Amino acid sequence: MAGSGKAHLRPEDETLIRVEDLVVEYDIPGGDTVKAVSGISFDIKAGETLGLVGESGCGKSTTGKALIQLPKPSSGSVKHNLVELTGLSSEAMRRRRTDLQMIFQDPISSLNPLRKVEDIVAEPMKIWGPKDKSKQQEMVDNILDAVGIDPEQARGKLAHEFSGGQCQRISIARSLILDPEVLICDEPVSALDVSMQAQILNLLEDLKKKYHLTLVFIAHDLAVVKNISDKVAVMYLGKLCEVAQSDELYENPVHPYSKLLLDSCPEPDPTVVIDQTVSDDDELPSPINPPSGCRFRTRCPFATEICSTEEPQMEEIRPNHYVACHHPLT
Amino acid sequence: MNTTTAADNVAVDADNSTSPLLVVEDIHTSFMVPGGEVKAVRGVSFELNQGKTLGVVGESGSGKTVLARSVMRLNLGNNVITSGSAKFRGSNILDLRPKAMQKLWGNEIAMVFQDPMTALNPLVKVGRQVTEHVRHHLGISKKEARSLAIDLLNEVRIPEPENRLDSYPHELSGGMRQRICIAIALACEPTLLFADEPTTALDVTVQHQILNLLNREQETREMGMVLVTHDLGVVAGRTDETMVMYAGNVVEKSSTKELFEDMQHPYTEALFRSIPKTSERSHTRLTAIAGRPPDLIAPPSGCSFSPRCPYVQQKCREEEPPLIPVNNGSHFSACWFPVGTEENQEAFRKNVAAGLPQTLVIEETLTKSSEKEDGV
Repeated sequence: MAGSGKAHLRPEDETLIRVEDLVVEYDIPGGDTVKAVSGISFDIKAGETLGLVGESGCGKSTTGKALIQLPKPSSGSVKHNLVELTGLSSEAMRRRRTDLQMIFQDPISSLNPLRKVEDIVAEPMKIWGPKDKSKQQEMVDNILDAVGIDPEQARGKLAHEFSGGQCQRISIARSLILDPEVLICDEPVSALDVSMQAQILNLLEDLKKKYHLTLVFIAHDLAVVKNISDKVAVMYLGKLCEVAQSDELYENPVHPYSKLLLDSCPEPDPTVVIDQTVSDDDELPSPINPPSGCRFRTRCPFATEICSTEEPQMEEIRPNHYVACHHPLT
Repeated sequence: MNTTTAADNVAVDADNSTSPLLVVEDIHTSFMVPGGEVKAVRGVSFELNQGKTLGVVGESGSGKTVLARSVMRLNLGNNVITSGSAKFRGSNILDLRPKAMQKLWGNEIAMVFQDPMTALNPLVKVGRQVTEHVRHHLGISKKEARSLAIDLLNEVRIPEPENRLDSYPHELSGGMRQRICIAIALACEPTLLFADEPTTALDVTVQHQILNLLNREQETREMGMVLVTHDLGVVAGRTDETMVMYAGNVVEKSSTKELFEDMQHPYTEALFRSIPKTSERSHTRLTAIAGRPPDLIAPPSGCSFSPRCPYVQQKCREEEPPLIPVNNGSHFSACWFPVGTEENQEAFRKNVAAGLPQTLVIEETLTKSSEKEDGV
């Protein structure tokens, strides 16, 4: 995996977001470079939900942030509506971000604890929205209502007066107030209890329909990602492994890493036989010094000589099912 | 370790082999806070046999962690009130003097915590942390302790154990740190292990490795294990018995297999329905649980799940249902209208007719998903 290639990309004019050869690297003290994302390409059609899944450190959050140029990627291209974002001035990018919004993992710390809910949600409008105060108020009330928060009660309250699930609703309201096209959700439910998680996932599905949103959904929980995504991309150590429609990918994972992830996922069914044979001590290699060739080879049970010398490229293994692996499971 | 020695220290039950390892009866734990009394655990009883694993599952605030910590006597502070009894090998842990407790902690009873970073001392090398209590309890030399530590690290599959003993916790990954915590817990060969969300902070592949490790150790050492988790998936695959907690009470208790086959309590059913599953098609509508968990300072009267329950009836709001056996007697549930019964169906129909919001949501989701199935 851990491969490159663009065989899986669709014609450019059919897509809303198109990312090519995205590279994000950070210099760290000591002269080393963290290779967080190393040349990945993907695209998203309008109205589609793309799930990015992988373990911590695989670069999925970095990829999400690179879409809105926070920070600008080290190299590669990110296009939104055919416009290249990496070349935009910071002022032009600022305008563009009204169409590209993001929500984060920890709903409580992403809200300012000292400000009232109505001010938090209205903040984006101070810059880009209607100047008319009563119009602003109306929009705040509408969006709070749409995310399932009673505006009458919530308006004057502070973030700490709400539960985690409600805070996530408020941050969703804030992200939607300027009517964006794309909502990037970075682990939006992983800090929540299962009952709250279901409410937020259902809410995102409803809002997606209501506001014609395109979603990028980043999460480590495979079941959550499958539930909400149309298409899923599996990431490992800064590379893409496998891209397919979600039902197809979960039924027929062909990349050994996707298979490992799925086999590790605990199913709420006591009759499922648990694989006790999985390697017991393999660890994610360092993104400072990733393995040559296929980055997954150090943990892959099928790795051979070629995996260390040649990086696998994306190939269509079944209709609309792409994998970057020298030894796909077929 | 030498279990008989420790057992001698603590008044021994005459017949160790057949009586349960741990018998917990009617534990109540409250915290006095400025706003009142937070009733975190409200009368929990269970038994655990040697070599068995009990899963305790529930959402945050259900009291599962406080329960484990109450039995471990780890709820410190002078605002804590605990009552009830927890008999370990026949003697009540809750009555033991601190000195006697010290002989149990880490020796007979051990615990693995959720966050492996904060559970380890960042300033002390891993080797000393693994062997400190072994030297204290078993009185062995430094050299013996070191070779024991190497054995333990090997056992929890830490590569190059000799070198690792001289590492500090920050030099290890989260999974490795949790392995160290498990090695510490296992060092004195305890007979009872509490694992409180041991894999919640870990990635899914590492979680799988750690759970495999815990299962293997538990089987070979014949330990009793209490596995506290919020994840029904973890409970399903890894436990013999499961206890579902809500608002400080046990609402259902059964062998894990039967619990999943024949859920009796509406909360268990709701919890199960609300989680996305990889076996379901994408965009399957989730059945969320309406509302929020109750305020534990002033819990609702009657059944504490009643404000969120789709089957709620007047009786549920007035009378607290007792935890009583269903079917064969080893399956317990606390509900006036258990799932699957005629009364339950009747209650559901009544609530739909009355337009109860939490019932309508469920009905809508169920109809939608059955329409979808028919359509496919």
